[in-house]
Amino acid sequence: MKFQNPAEEAAMPTYRIIDADGNVVDQSRDPSSTPAEEIIQWYRNMLTVSIMDLIMFDAQRQGRTSFYMVSAGEEGIAVGSASALSPDDVCFLQYREQGVMVQRGFTLKEMMSQLFANKDDNGKGHNMPVHYGSSKLNVHTISSTLATQIPQASGAAYALKMQRLINPNVPPRIVACYFGEGAASEGDFHAALNIAATKSCPTVFICRNNGFAISTASIEQYKGDGIASRGMGYGIDTIRVDGNDFFAVREVMLEARKRALEGDCRPILVEAMSYRVSHHSTSDDSFAYRAKREVEEWKRRDNPITRLRKWMEKKGIWDEDKEKEARASIRKDVLREFAAAEKLKKPPLRSLFEDVYEEITPEARTHMKELKELIEKYPNEYDLSPFEGGLKSLQ
Amino acid sequence: MKHIPRWKRPQSLVITPTPTLSRTTTTTTTTQFPQSQCRRYVSQGQGQRRRYASASPAASSQRRLNVPIDFATSPLLHQTSKTFGRTPGLPAGADLEATGGSQRLNLYQAVNAALRTALAESSKVLCFGEDVAFGGVFRCTMNLQDEFGPDRVFNTPITEQGIVGAAIGMAAEGARPVVEIQFADYVFPAFDQIVNEASKFRYREGATGANLAGMVIRMPCGGVGHGALYHTQSPESLFSHIPGFKVVMPRSPSQAKGLLLSAILQSPDPVIFMEPKILYRAAVEEVPNALYTLPIGQAEVLKPGADVTIISYGRPLYTCSAAIEAVEKERPDISVELIDLRTIYPWDRPTVVKSVAKTGRAIVVHESMLNYGVGAELAATIQDQAFLHLKAPVKRLGGWTTHTGLAWEKLIFPDVTRVYDAIHEVLDY
Repeated sequence: MKFQNPAEEAAMPTYRIIDADGNVVDQSRDPSSTPAEEIIQWYRNMLTVSIMDLIMFDAQRQGRTSFYMVSAGEEGIAVGSASALSPDDVCFLQYREQGVMVQRGFTLKEMMSQLFANKDDNGKGHNMPVHYGSSKLNVHTISSTLATQIPQASGAAYALKMQRLINPNVPPRIVACYFGEGAASEGDFHAALNIAATKSCPTVFICRNNGFAISTASIEQYKGDGIASRGMGYGIDTIRVDGNDFFAVREVMLEARKRALEGDCRPILVEAMSYRVSHHSTSDDSFAYRAKREVEEWKRRDNPITRLRKWMEKKGIWDEDKEKEARASIRKDVLREFAAAEKLKKPPLRSLFEDVYEEITPEARTHMKELKELIEKYPNEYDLSPFEGGLKSLQ
Repeated sequence: MKHIPRWKRPQSLVITPTPTLSRTTTTTTTTQFPQSQCRRYVSQGQGQRRRYASASPAASSQRRLNVPIDFATSPLLHQTSKTFGRTPGLPAGADLEATGGSQRLNLYQAVNAALRTALAESSKVLCFGEDVAFGGVFRCTMNLQDEFGPDRVFNTPITEQGIVGAAIGMAAEGARPVVEIQFADYVFPAFDQIVNEASKFRYREGATGANLAGMVIRMPCGGVGHGALYHTQSPESLFSHIPGFKVVMPRSPSQAKGLLLSAILQSPDPVIFMEPKILYRAAVEEVPNALYTLPIGQAEVLKPGADVTIISYGRPLYTCSAAIEAVEKERPDISVELIDLRTIYPWDRPTVVKSVAKTGRAIVVHESMLNYGVGAELAATIQDQAFLHLKAPVKRLGGWTTHTGLAWEKLIFPDVTRVYDAIHEVLDY
């Protein structure tokens, strides 16, 4: 009789291509053959996320937006994995994957419109900042509820598979689903992986294990070998990857995508290890539960952006001047779109009642009328100047 | 052994058979039940045993109100196809001949027919849930996997949040998933997916235009005679408190087919489709064979009247109909209007308000609990919009505010006596 003791098992290894100094450690996957301009674009996309983070964090502190969440330290996971996807692939995000949006082509203007909830916002002013979405880019709009997107991703992948069964001319597509290690404790994670495995859904589940769920360290989140060890229990091909290693994330994702579409299709679980160097959100001061020294050490020791930069410098495709130029031009672009988005009006009042159902219900119409009459009766009590079209839209 | 006196089995103790109630014994018992109506079933299969009754059999001979509903003569069912014309949306007359006629189906067979029609009509329709593949614990998905294949009709692991979550993802990518929650009582693990995700999906997607058209969550609901705490619930008011879903409950086979087809093939919004499981076998009527749809969001005036309006939906409509018959027999000078709400949310306010403005009296009847129930919303709207017409306070009848204890089910839900008494009460106010 032998009880299997997880503590006696070796931890699942972490896949890596380059080390913290930018040296290639897996020669079989040397990224050198990739055209330099592609690598530079990926790097710039990571920089864009990082620079926008700083600006928007400060903007929230100044009260110019209501909320923000940075993704410092996790730019590599988002941009690296998204770089391996086809534009037709469908994405479900948690909220710390701005890099996926940037990599897929979400413009700074679109981002800022969402953050300021102005009239051009895809979400029509309905959602909190950072809850991006774009049908053009096949990214479903983010919701705050943790892990709910995971079973949705299983279902969406099943639908994509069925589309191909019905019409083989449809290009093969997967669903990429992102979540943190804290969200993986939700029941929806369990439901999703089990359904994806039993119904052979081409879903790639990407867990960002950054060590913290707000204040809860992973030691209080689970007792097993991270999230990756669970994949095996569901019968899912699984890999753990160094999330600070852009190339490793990208290669893993390319392979995961390929495997997900093989044969009758199947789900894949990727656990990308990183460290949340930022606060959880603008509503959180993380030094209340962890030492500043620890964070500073992580920032200094390792980070996906500096790691890729070191590799690029070694290859001779990047240098200090290019870095300065890139940072300055990105910063300028971000500030320009920031200023433009901030000036735009909010969506019309009518948008408050739209999209609950396809058609505004008779009940909602009476609410619109009542709101209009109330504002007309007490015009000095309401400031309608921020809203496009003022009271007129409430017809 | 002591001789058991041969008392005539009181009709009031008859329970409508349900194939299976326990989630743990779902595979074998379903086919043992004859296809016929409940009374025959009971006389054949249940022998002399008293089961789950709440009242003394000795008193039953005195009863005239709380006697079993005779579905075979109920005016609420299309006993022949000749009455199709009175239900807008049902193919009647020449239409019916051209589209393949009609046949007698019970409610589960009508649901099955609707699912079959929908699966045949659109390759986007998918049908899944727990134990759906072998036909479902209530037989609603019988033979569908054989006909449409395991890719389109399949079992899922036992995870309600997973079933609804997956359906959202499928609908978001253009499929039309019709999922089954085995009992409405077990929908609560999926509440987050229903309330926070599916209900808000179109709203948060905004200008991206993504939506969940064609997503339908089916669930058997309501009392069944012996369902106790977890096989009797009717959570429609909980769904109706959150905008985003349309909440529908049919009362009959023809309605079930038309409304379900409308939900699957035409609705631009997700639909929660609640099937009163006590009617699965009990309610039998002619159902057109064609693909037809009934409008979601519209109530149906089942019986015109001048003095009281009763608004109900699902199973209690039969209770109301029996009570109305009893009252009208006693008081030939009065007449009661009966309205089937059909869609519980968003509901047909104009039809209800217009009726109450005419009659001046209203009673709302449902099985689910009174507190914060559907009746509260209706009563509040009626007093708001028909205040000057009211001759009596709006009366609400619902399940008592307790849980459905096994031994007392018949005392908990509104019965014919309660509705009968309420009609007199509002008439004599």
